[in-house]
Amino acid sequence: MVDNLRFRDDDPADEPAVTLDAFLDQANAASVRIEPGDDVRRLIPVLDRVRLVEVDFPRFRDGRGYSSARILREAGYKGELKAVGDVLVDQILFMRRCGFDSFAPDAPIDEEVLARALERYRHVYQPAEDGLKPVWALRHG
Amino acid sequence: MYRYDKYDQAIVDARVDEFRDQARRRLAGELTEDQFKPLRLKNGLYLQLHAYMLRVAIPYGTFNGRQMRKLAHIARTYDRGYGHFTTRQNIQYNWIKLEEAADILAELATVEMHAIQTSGESIRNISSDQYAGAAAEELADPRPWAELIRQATTFHPEFSYLPRKFKIALTASPTDRAAIRLHDIGLRLVRNEAGEDGFEVYVGGGMGRTPFVAPLIRPFLPADQLFSYVEAVLRVWNRYGRRDNIHKARIKILVHDLGAEEFTRQVEAEWQEILPLAEDFPHAELARIATFFPAPPYETGLSDEIDLSDPDFALWVGQNVHAHKAPGYAIANISLKPLHGIPGDVSAEQMDLIADLAERLSFDEIRATHAQNLVLPHVRKADLYQLWRALDEAGLATANLDLVSDIIACPGLDYCSLANARSIPVAQKIAERFADLDRQRGLGELKIKISGCINACGHHHAGHIGILGVDRKGEENYQLLLGGSGAEDASLARIIGPGFSEDGVVDAVEKAIDTYTSLRSEGERFLDTYRRVGVEPFKAAIYG
Amino acid sequence: MKLLTGNDLQTGNVIWWTGSDWSRHVSDAVDVDGHGEAIAAAEEAARRVNGPYVIEATDTPHGPRPAHIKDRIRARGPSVRPDLNIKPADPAAGSWVI
Repeated sequence: MVDNLRFRDDDPADEPAVTLDAFLDQANAASVRIEPGDDVRRLIPVLDRVRLVEVDFPRFRDGRGYSSARILREAGYKGELKAVGDVLVDQILFMRRCGFDSFAPDAPIDEEVLARALERYRHVYQPAEDGLKPVWALRHG
Repeated sequence: MYRYDKYDQAIVDARVDEFRDQARRRLAGELTEDQFKPLRLKNGLYLQLHAYMLRVAIPYGTFNGRQMRKLAHIARTYDRGYGHFTTRQNIQYNWIKLEEAADILAELATVEMHAIQTSGESIRNISSDQYAGAAAEELADPRPWAELIRQATTFHPEFSYLPRKFKIALTASPTDRAAIRLHDIGLRLVRNEAGEDGFEVYVGGGMGRTPFVAPLIRPFLPADQLFSYVEAVLRVWNRYGRRDNIHKARIKILVHDLGAEEFTRQVEAEWQEILPLAEDFPHAELARIATFFPAPPYETGLSDEIDLSDPDFALWVGQNVHAHKAPGYAIANISLKPLHGIPGDVSAEQMDLIADLAERLSFDEIRATHAQNLVLPHVRKADLYQLWRALDEAGLATANLDLVSDIIACPGLDYCSLANARSIPVAQKIAERFADLDRQRGLGELKIKISGCINACGHHHAGHIGILGVDRKGEENYQLLLGGSGAEDASLARIIGPGFSEDGVVDAVEKAIDTYTSLRSEGERFLDTYRRVGVEPFKAAIYG
Repeated sequence: MKLLTGNDLQTGNVIWWTGSDWSRHVSDAVDVDGHGEAIAAAEEAARRVNGPYVIEATDTPHGPRPAHIKDRIRARGPSVRPDLNIKPADPAAGSWVI
């Protein structure tokens, strides 16, 4: 069982994440925490100084964080994108597809179940943030 | 119809494997019910009154004989010998065991079927016109786009934990048989002056606690940009749809609260962000999908005459058979509303028969309609008589399409844990009150729709006459609504007064219908007379 | 009286607490008095029941009769398919449910 997953090679950011409002106020902050109701596009003008974005999932059923993640990746964000909170192993694959590359779930995750989950779907119908070619691209070369 | 390639099959097979593992973890106690419930709902598995209920997807209502036989086999092997065709063109089984659900999904996968996203806060089955590819008036067959959107919205990683469910419907006809304006997204295929294909886009329709007819938010969306635009709509809703109250979470609430203009502005702005990412399916993919929807190899030189000397056959042709675009062919409707029957229910034996008839007489194609009936879309006129004989023997030839006994009824309190009242017995009593088909024909098109609770799975807001079951101090009670329509003249039915007992609402329906016959002008349907004279004469007749 | 009911996790069958076990027959159900919630929690944790809840019922010579029609339908089966009821041959079924 693991309660911390990271799919990046670089060193983790060592600063604690601050709120979005605080981040925009503090010119030297590098880690920010996004709540479900935050407008993540407010980060786009200052994306260069962001090293870590933590996206909070207070309830796994509240899927706003998936859009926040994709919007950041679409805007060119290359730093760490971490899903924290009520994150279950069954959501991790979709979260990876949306651009999350690290996870801090409240409850530990079974590594065997996770390994199966990550290998299970070899094909996807839509392009997303993981670079996987959608099926239509495989069909038409 | 669409056939899976190795990619589609791999995806569905992986889903079966995933669900099997999830069910195992639930049964072993590694997942709580709270954690498991959204996962099983993503595979159409509800816990209902008597057992688990499984809702199997029939994409845009199109399926074939082999698939129908598998549905019959599942009914016999895993259920109690029957299935129920729903108001979203799906089929559901009422007596399913969780410990067998993965096996059922595995069997479905062998015939290119699944239960993916048929419940829960998912993008649900894409629905469409049951006469697609057969009706003369349609611009083109809408189903290639329906299939494209089906794939595009399957396991969409950004939109798998939405505020609520999401329903998309497509049509390509001026006559709307898909009720597109009562869906979260409704799409009508159109062609612009340059001859290019595109869609009228309606967003924010729906029934339930707060019904709305969807406003038109875009008169022309180029067809090749359908996916990116749908993503824009979904993203705006995923981000800003309400999460604090499940009764206010549908996109129709967001559209209404923002106003159509502001909502449209936000969607268009989001779309401008998405477009540069080039996520739309290439035209080559639509063209590939479209190759699965060719016109069938119609025979030519066929007679357009039908021998109507058998009077019962003639009545069935007059009511249940619709004109087909190909000379010598017809569209045959199979009524699942026999007298004393249960609306939409079909036995395993009947399913096998229909499979057989489809293969022999309809180029192996069957359609499910949102009115809980079935269609054989491509029948030679010369074959209609033998078709009717076979259907009649099996209790599938009631000549009541769109008549007063062709009632839409949700399963209601007899089956559903959400229901407040039973709906099937009400449908049966109304049908029995009007059992005489001559009388029914005299009344003309009259669409009665019954829901056992405010969730409106019976589409009561779209009924010319709608009935809503409620719980009144622990007793079943029924409200009567008048004046709804799910067609291109979409309108929402209105409650006319205090509710009734079960027998009382049947009497009230009869009084409403008597009022109609006493006031109608030549050629007016019930709905037309109601719209012309208003609710007062009906209220007076019913409440005195 | 108060009955504890729910669905069997594996099969989905409607089940009733008998005092020591779960039965498919409401006639086996006992009055749980004020202990329903506690029993429900323990049984659900042990995965012997799914979604349990306590209901009101009246004691009759023929056994407990749930107060709400929904639970009477759960106890017997769909009112429109008497052949699928748990007691398909019971002539009194209609008046017991409704």
